[in-house]
Amino acid sequence: MLTRAAHSVTGTEAVGPYTLLRIQRGDLDPGLPGQFFMLEAPGRLLPRPMSLCLATESELAFLIDPIGPGTRALCSLELGDRLAILGPLGNGFRLDVERPLLVGGGIGIAPLPYLSERLDNPPAVLGFRTSWHAEAAALVPNAEVVLEPIYVTEVMPAGHDVLACGPAPMLEAIRALTPHAQLAWEAPMACGYGACWGCVVRIDGELKRLCVEGPVLDAAA
Amino acid sequence: MRLLNASGCLDALTALEVARSLDVFVTKTVTPMPRAGNDPVRIAEVDGGMLNAIGLANPGIERFCGDTLARLAGLEVWVSVGGFSVQDYADLAARLDGEDVAAIELNLSCPNVDEVPESVGEVVAAARAVTEKPLYAKLSPAVPDVAETARAAEAAGADGLSLVNTIRGLALDERTLRPVLARGPGGLSGPALRPVALAAVHACRRATALPIVGMGGVATGRHVLELLAAGANDVALGTILFSDPAAPGRIRAELEAELAAHGFADADNAVGAAHEADLPTLHQRSRVRVEKHLHTGLNVAG
Ligand SMILES: Cc1cc2nc3c(=O)[nH]c(=O)nc-3n(C[C@H](O)[C@H](O)[C@H](O)COP(=O)(O)OP(=O)(O)OC[C@H]3O[C@@H](n4cnc5c(N)ncnc54)[C@H](O)[C@@H]3O)c2cc1C
Ligand SMILES: Cc1cc2nc3c(=O)[nH]c(=O)nc-3n(C[C@H](O)[C@H](O)[C@H](O)COP(=O)(O)O)c2cc1C
Ligand code: FES
Repeated sequence: MLTRAAHSVTGTEAVGPYTLLRIQRGDLDPGLPGQFFMLEAPGRLLPRPMSLCLATESELAFLIDPIGPGTRALCSLELGDRLAILGPLGNGFRLDVERPLLVGGGIGIAPLPYLSERLDNPPAVLGFRTSWHAEAAALVPNAEVVLEPIYVTEVMPAGHDVLACGPAPMLEAIRALTPHAQLAWEAPMACGYGACWGCVVRIDGELKRLCVEGPVLDAAA
Repeated sequence: MRLLNASGCLDALTALEVARSLDVFVTKTVTPMPRAGNDPVRIAEVDGGMLNAIGLANPGIERFCGDTLARLAGLEVWVSVGGFSVQDYADLAARLDGEDVAAIELNLSCPNVDEVPESVGEVVAAARAVTEKPLYAKLSPAVPDVAETARAAEAAGADGLSLVNTIRGLALDERTLRPVLARGPGGLSGPALRPVALAAVHACRRATALPIVGMGGVATGRHVLELLAAGANDVALGTILFSDPAAPGRIRAELEAELAAHGFADADNAVGAAHEADLPTLHQRSRVRVEKHLHTGLNVAG
């Protein structure tokens, strides 16, 4: 259901260049890993889509890369500030996989800590631009980390069910290697619930709404 | 006073509960043939609003009537239609005449389509000739005199006006200085459009006796009250639904408080409060033909 409610910030921490924003969980349903929430960005007109990074009994946490006005506003929230949250939205990862391998690139690792927990800490391969960005790898257990110019696709072991999130070129490369992978994509979103038609991507040759069909899609789609 | 959604700002098939919280569900603009819409990027937040260049993505009138419409059963449905010629609008209106729809909104103002401009009066007259359904003419405020366009729509037999559609804007990427939207420009909606909408409603209320659906940047009950005062009879919510799908209920509650604070017995009593007492009477349509052809471009921003 499309319930949106105000929740309090319970803490923020720097993780490399990113900010881990902790929110009081209240009666928010964490949903499935790979699902997302629309977070009110203070002072901005539109909310911003964020994957759930961590869920505890009392808190939900989001890992945010401050790349523009909305994400910068979210990263400057402070303890006790309140923000409206809508979610969980979209389709997350299918968890009925036999030999999971988590693959993440950059801020794309955001949904992997929660995914890892739900899959009992499977192996992970994470790629980052610098060792500073790679500080975020500490959030994902069992992770092998590579730094550019090495790419995750060069070190991914074969024979796994790949669940991946990262920049589009990384996802395209994984798609080419493993047609059965589950890939979590991004697109600019105004609403997150199918109302604006702003978030379309090409799926099965047609422009479809990522917030409705995804954000996790089968690589073959 | 009825609360509607603005065309293109809600899909009842993905958010039925939101559609149910409104008095009327207005569809995204339907065109004669299916349209994939524009390539991404289609939306961008800007100071005071957002730009969209969706490009009227829709399944086309046949699939809409054959499939979508049946799934909207139980809702009061207005169908927004858009075409690229007078004949397109006539065909769309004729096709919907026998369907279970409460009204037809003629999108005469999409800023995201480049096709040939057509005359508002001609389009309305052509649709009027083929349907008994109430016809609402949705106009662009980006004309020198929107009241003149409104008079042409009224003379051609429109039953109401929807005011306003978006106006064209451009956003440039922070780093590359290239347009953010793939199509270049897009339609500006949200807070920045609200004074534009108020002015258009105010002017059209003085110029015609047609009922008006006011829209543009409405986010609070106070904003609804202002549109009513300017002369709107009904109000539509657009961009606000993106950030707050529960806006209809909240805004209704806020409006009640505003009405009470201003001493209005109900919303209908607030209609036209911004005007002196010399307004044209509602529902007395003049059938005078306007000779001059007024031009508009179908707004394909939507
Ligand atoms: C389902 C989903 C989950 C997401 N999860 C996270 C998350 O957990 N953590 C996180 O930090 N970010 C996440 N994002 C991305 C995040 O929503 C965007 O970075 C944010 O909306 C940008 O807003 P802004 O105002 O800061 O920057 P903007 O000014 O909107 O954008 C700055 C720059 O980034 C580009 N851009 C904007 N949005 C996107 C996008 N969605 N994809 C690619 N490029 C974009 C713009 O073109 C511009 O060049 C997610 C996106 C989606 C769709
Ligand atoms: C994403 C988006 C899509 C739209 N699509 C349409 C459309 O298909 N047909 C139409 O007549 N107007 C369309 N509009 C315009 C709205 O119906 C409305 O006129 C405008 O957004 C002003 O209201 P607002 O400021 O409350 O959003 C669209 C607006 C947005 C933001
Ligand atoms: S974000 Fe609005 S339709 Fe997907």
